[in-house]
Amino acid sequence: MSIDSPLPVLKPADFASDQDVRWCPGCGDYSILAQMKKMLPTLGTPQENIVFISGIGCSSRFPYYMNTYGMHSIHGRAPAVATGLKTCRPDLQVWVITGDGDGLSIGGNHLMHAIRRNMDLNIVLFNNRIYGLTKGQYSPTSPLGKKTKSSPMGAIDNPLHPLSIAIGCEATFVARSIDTNIKHLGNILKRGAEHQGTAFIEVYQNCNVFNDGAWEYAKSRDTKAETTLELEHGKPLIFGKDRQKGIRLNGLDPEVVELGKGITEDDLLFHDERSPEPSLAYLLSRMRNEDGFPEPIGVFRSVDKPRYDEQTNDQIDQATKERGKGDLETLFRSGETWKVA
Amino acid sequence: MATSTPSKPVTTLDEATVRFCGDSGDGMQLAGTQFTNTSALLGNDVATFPDFPAEIRAPRGTKAGVSGFQIHFSSNEIFTPGDTVDALVAMNPAALATNLSDLRAGGILLVNKDAFEKKGLEQAGYASDPTEGDGLEKYKLHSVEMTKLTRLAVEGFGLSVKEADRCRNFFAMGLVFWLYDRSLDPTLRFIEQKFGKRPEVAKANTSALKAGYHYGETVEAINTQYHVGPAKLPSGTYRNIMGNTALAWGLLAAAQRSGKRLFLGAYPITPASDVLHELSKHKNFDVLTFQAEDEIAAVTATIGAAFAGEMAVTASSGPGIALKGEALGLAVMTELPMVVINVQRGGPSTGLPTKTEQSDLFQAMYGRNGECPMPILAASSPGDCFDVAQEAWRIAVRFMTPVMILSDGYLANGSEPWRIPDLSELPSVDVEHPGPSLNGDEFMPYDRDERLARPWAIPGTPGLMHRLGGLEKQDGTGNVCYDPDNHEQMCKTRAQKVANVADDVPLQELDGPDSGDLLVLSWGGTYGACATAVHQTQGAGKKVSHCHLRYLNPFPKNFEKILRSFDKVMIPELNLGQLSVMVRSEFLIDTIGLTKVQGKPFSVAEIVDKINEVLG
Ligand SMILES: Cc1ncc(C[n+]2csc(CCOP(=O)(O)OP(=O)(O)O)c2C)c(N)n1
Ligand code: SF4
Ligand SMILES: [Mg+2]
Repeated sequence: MSIDSPLPVLKPADFASDQDVRWCPGCGDYSILAQMKKMLPTLGTPQENIVFISGIGCSSRFPYYMNTYGMHSIHGRAPAVATGLKTCRPDLQVWVITGDGDGLSIGGNHLMHAIRRNMDLNIVLFNNRIYGLTKGQYSPTSPLGKKTKSSPMGAIDNPLHPLSIAIGCEATFVARSIDTNIKHLGNILKRGAEHQGTAFIEVYQNCNVFNDGAWEYAKSRDTKAETTLELEHGKPLIFGKDRQKGIRLNGLDPEVVELGKGITEDDLLFHDERSPEPSLAYLLSRMRNEDGFPEPIGVFRSVDKPRYDEQTNDQIDQATKERGKGDLETLFRSGETWKVA
Repeated sequence: MATSTPSKPVTTLDEATVRFCGDSGDGMQLAGTQFTNTSALLGNDVATFPDFPAEIRAPRGTKAGVSGFQIHFSSNEIFTPGDTVDALVAMNPAALATNLSDLRAGGILLVNKDAFEKKGLEQAGYASDPTEGDGLEKYKLHSVEMTKLTRLAVEGFGLSVKEADRCRNFFAMGLVFWLYDRSLDPTLRFIEQKFGKRPEVAKANTSALKAGYHYGETVEAINTQYHVGPAKLPSGTYRNIMGNTALAWGLLAAAQRSGKRLFLGAYPITPASDVLHELSKHKNFDVLTFQAEDEIAAVTATIGAAFAGEMAVTASSGPGIALKGEALGLAVMTELPMVVINVQRGGPSTGLPTKTEQSDLFQAMYGRNGECPMPILAASSPGDCFDVAQEAWRIAVRFMTPVMILSDGYLANGSEPWRIPDLSELPSVDVEHPGPSLNGDEFMPYDRDERLARPWAIPGTPGLMHRLGGLEKQDGTGNVCYDPDNHEQMCKTRAQKVANVADDVPLQELDGPDSGDLLVLSWGGTYGACATAVHQTQGAGKKVSHCHLRYLNPFPKNFEKILRSFDKVMIPELNLGQLSVMVRSEFLIDTIGLTKVQGKPFSVAEIVDKINEVLG
């Protein structure tokens, strides 16, 4: 587009591709797609500068439904494809869409390395605690005892927790949201997009066909106030229907306490997403419903660190500054040469 | 230091072959490299064969730890590092035991006498000192107390005994330099450059080098010096080049000549790592080197870089290429241009990491799921790696496809004089990316040109947003499509596109008459041995010609005609007959295989013998 024409104001519909969306009716993926389409126009980034890269899985069909550049790559490798793309083209906004199987099983290695390099990618992991596309085997996030086609007597693999992994790799931005919590999800996606460096976002996603209700405790009107806790930077960790409960540190461990009865907000743990040490974020990532804790949603961690894509390009600039632009003639004639008449 | 006036008679030879061998800690690779560079500077044609163990430091003094470097240098054009050696330098008994069989009768044998003590002899399996008894009278044996003489030479520079002993390879070099009438200057310059920051080490090495040289001059037992004059190579400026360096430089040239930045995704693996090392040094050429977490990440990042619109390359060896297999299918499906390099080594599995082999041809041809063809090119000499890298990129761009380059350990680490090309001689590659589309027309990412290549539209271009992926594409639109007829058509289109490459590459050349009794058909790193063998047998009046393939998929258009013009076709390969299978299945022409999987290149004699046997 010419430089002087005003930037068109994009609408969510502009981000819809012409392809029919083929997820099962009622699948949580629809909601995530809708929030993404709603959020992107608010960034002001032209469509052509946005790329969605995915692996394989139901979730990984996502790029086909976005009217941006995209690649539905191979199982587990999206972070690596995105790394090559972003390294060459730091000007692009690159999203990685992955699932719990795609990202944590076959692609665990790439996920870990993209995060530790702090590649400027926005990684969204759709966690439905099941292999959807292959019709319902247990996944690396399925709970112990989970009975599926491939685990008729119950899963005995200890589950992974996506955020604990990301924080273990010292991700610079870590957040969690829920497919049906649409306002929250939109905000989190936007914060991830705005973060420079790897933004890792876990979304609790319902697979209503093979693992329906896996996140019911965190989604249901009746229970969510008690089972989730919305993180706010600089604020104490408070939750509960009447916001009467909080999280306090007991030694190195969190505990649930009732406010009142001599316990005030000041006694509670305060959230600090900018803490340079990832310990607090890690502690939060270990709070699990099954252990009697509310599960935090929101931004766990958001810090600034050097990024691989930026630094690797800086090295080119530095080398060029120090040695001049590479000249083939000079290179070929470096070292010992001789003439044959 | 110029060569001093000869005090002993000088015999002029056409050519000679020298091998340095010793423990892997003895600095034999350095000695060989210095001798090579010096000979090249003198104007000889040279061909080298470094041979080292897979272990960085196998137990000292053992046969497993022996490292060798062979140099063939000549006043004529040569193509191989030589079948047998004229002079063997053995730094310890294990080196002697493992290398002696390659020394020709009457050859010169220089041994480090000091290493022939009890433990060393035992480790090499000698019951008694072979340099003392009978058994070596076939050779001109010179037992030299190299350790002692080196220690004497470096006395006074303040080195520990261990450090002093590390100068021993320079003593050996000096002696061989004298023997073959080579100048010490290039090595003196090297010492200055390499050890300039540690003057005492520089001085000690210089002193050891000169001591070896003077030893040759003065010791009476060594009574002849040999001279090998410059070769009549095509005029120009030359340098010595190793295959992996040539490959890396070819990639640099291709990137510059196509106006692209170069992205290399790689994970370290012998013998391909030097491509990564070399390119990492040249970031000022707009080179992005990405050392990935594994080969899968290396190739998928390369796919991402290709999507980004850069010149994308991934380099590995057989085991790594195996890991890349699934992603190469994605590259074929997304029809993105990229170069995939396999510097082959002995397989299967981890195999023989430091040894050469050509056994990944099937892997390159058939080693992926589905109908998944890609063009395959093979380099024929260290210097040819430079040209093949550029040609691979040209084909990749013109046909929008990954292109596989097959090199091997022998080419990667071997070296030869390389005529430095004029930049104007280098091919330039026109790369086109479709520009912005502002009229709202639907963009067709799988529209095709007359070659069947699709457009290379890159992110950031307004109006061309599209989605690639590994699911079958609808012809034209590139949308996901499960239609049976479409799938068949797309498989055939992708195959036809690769077949079309044959229209875009030179016709196959032949060395020798257009028809005859025997065609020797070869590919890749065996070029030198096959060419030399064919020349020899042609000289002996045989009706034999040589066809050396650079293009393995697709074959050149005139290839079948060539095959049918000879009574017999013989295929020497460092595998168990992979090209033979391809030729037989494609043309129903019988072939005679000469195969070898010993981790070693062919000797010329092996091929000559087979030619003679076949021709009766
Ligand atoms: C190399 C390879 N192995 C296995 C598969 C089969 N496969 C496709 S998706 C998938 C699991 C997907 O699970 P998840 O990432 O959780 O995605 P979901 O479908 O649940 O969104 C598997 C095993 C494949 N496509 N490729
Ligand atoms: S199988 Fe589950 S995850 Fe996949 S589309 Fe259907 S509901 Fe969604
Ligand atoms: Mg899943």
